[in-house]
Amino acid sequence: MYIYLPIAEMSVNVLTILLMGGAIGFLSGLFGVGGGFLMTPLLIFIGVPAPVAVSTGANQIVASSISGVIAHWRRGNLDFTMGFVLLAGGIVGSSFGVLLFKFLESLGQIDLVIKLCYVVFLGVIGCLMLLESIRTILQVRQSGARRRKLHQHTWMHGLPLKIRFRKSKLYISALLPLGIGFFVGILSAIMGVGGGFIMVPAMIYMLGMRTSMVVGTSLLQIIFVTANVTFLQAISTQTVDVVLAILLLIGAVVGAQFGSQFAVKLKGEQLRGLLALLVVSVCLKLAFDLVVTPDDIFSIVVANNG
Amino acid sequence: MVRRLGIITQFRLLSLAVIAMLCATGDKAAAQDLIADLSSHRVDITTGFTGADLLLFGSVDDDGDIVITVSGPRETVVVRRKERVAGIWMNTRSMLFDNAPNFYAFATSRPLDEIAPPEVLARQQIGADHLRLRPAASDEKLSPEDEATFRTALVRRKQVQGLYASDPGQVTVIAGKLFRTQIHFPANLATGTYTAVVYLIRGGRIVHAQTTPLLVEKVGIGAEVYTFAHRHSAIYGLAAILIAVAAGWLAAAVFRKV
Repeated sequence: MYIYLPIAEMSVNVLTILLMGGAIGFLSGLFGVGGGFLMTPLLIFIGVPAPVAVSTGANQIVASSISGVIAHWRRGNLDFTMGFVLLAGGIVGSSFGVLLFKFLESLGQIDLVIKLCYVVFLGVIGCLMLLESIRTILQVRQSGARRRKLHQHTWMHGLPLKIRFRKSKLYISALLPLGIGFFVGILSAIMGVGGGFIMVPAMIYMLGMRTSMVVGTSLLQIIFVTANVTFLQAISTQTVDVVLAILLLIGAVVGAQFGSQFAVKLKGEQLRGLLALLVVSVCLKLAFDLVVTPDDIFSIVVANNG
Repeated sequence: MVRRLGIITQFRLLSLAVIAMLCATGDKAAAQDLIADLSSHRVDITTGFTGADLLLFGSVDDDGDIVITVSGPRETVVVRRKERVAGIWMNTRSMLFDNAPNFYAFATSRPLDEIAPPEVLARQQIGADHLRLRPAASDEKLSPEDEATFRTALVRRKQVQGLYASDPGQVTVIAGKLFRTQIHFPANLATGTYTAVVYLIRGGRIVHAQTTPLLVEKVGIGAEVYTFAHRHSAIYGLAAILIAVAAGWLAAAVFRKV
């Protein structure tokens, strides 16, 4: 069954889109990532124009994040205080990121910057997480159920403005989550994603939060970031395709529920290991595309002669 | 939009002028010698649109070959070329073609090279190789070889997208009088005014030509969504967010019981 997308101006198979939405929703509920870094390339792959893919992807992520947040909140895996401190940093960061984006655009080669950003961040984060989770899994096997320390004390704990995050059982400086939010905000403006795949590891390793708590809290921040992107794209570029978004989100909200149910069954380090594998494979694919000789070195784009 | 309409109008005037010229130099009863029509003058892009086939048919009173071209609205296309820089493929050069038809198909009653010499085909832009595609003026000096490579690339990419015909369709002529051909329009069709031109060619010369317009439009819910997104973009954006919020909440509520 085919349906014509009014904004993307193409017809697509309904089933393909539903399945794509479902698969990405599942990952989103499982890992607490918005899935934008998977959704956008997939949509472009099936022929959706890149700007429509970015904006519509953001719109769909709003839905799957809400679905995921509610599911995690019911299980008590949501730290609102932490979420809003991150968000405050994120709003400042994404505004700064939009300015940076314009600057890079004026220099040309914004596409390349975006791709390199993906490769570098996905690569570094993915590898670090993969190593860490393998080490943890091996340690647990060797020494049985040794009680893990809540977190390690480093220079970061000497920072001022300490706040007690009750849900996360943390007493740390508010500057840390603010800084993470700010940094992720910049990246999400440049890369057009919610930033979950960067925030999740940052919260685990830098803040020392529990993996189960991180997922819900990260999704909370993603809702606001992607809603903001949807709105800004709708008024400035008119590239949000609601028909495509509705199809994607039907699949995604269902997938996200299964994902978050499945997440409970996995151990923290297994969850991190799987996310790391996913991140590393996307990174390798992107790096491969940059280096390998393309089928056709020419490409065409219809200029907007509005 | 204004510019695009301007281009279409220019194009129409040009074709009219060509026909007028041909009629003046041709036989006296030119108007009756070639009659052609489309099975429909509209292609409606509905919610279930997966492409369309139109029948172009007509009758001819003279000997000769029939050539039919269908071209879409003109648009500006950027052609980019990648080069390997420090091991990474990046876009290095680009060229702007500001008068490329969005869609181009043609059909002939015999192989094109047997019908007319290349000069005639080039003048009437018959065949994808004869489309008049020129890069827009730029500060950069363009060598003819570069221009040709980029032009070929543009046609090739359009053919890959299914928007330019690689091979001509077949015009079937019955009893030397009636002719017909099927024209396929793919699903990724742009909206606008298309032009079908039927040529009667005899001895390598075009003796008659007839132009028929064709309108491609979005209709139904799709058209309304598109218009709304462009006219009331802020409300559209908010609505899109609300739909997403509602859907997410609904899914969570439904799955609570599971």
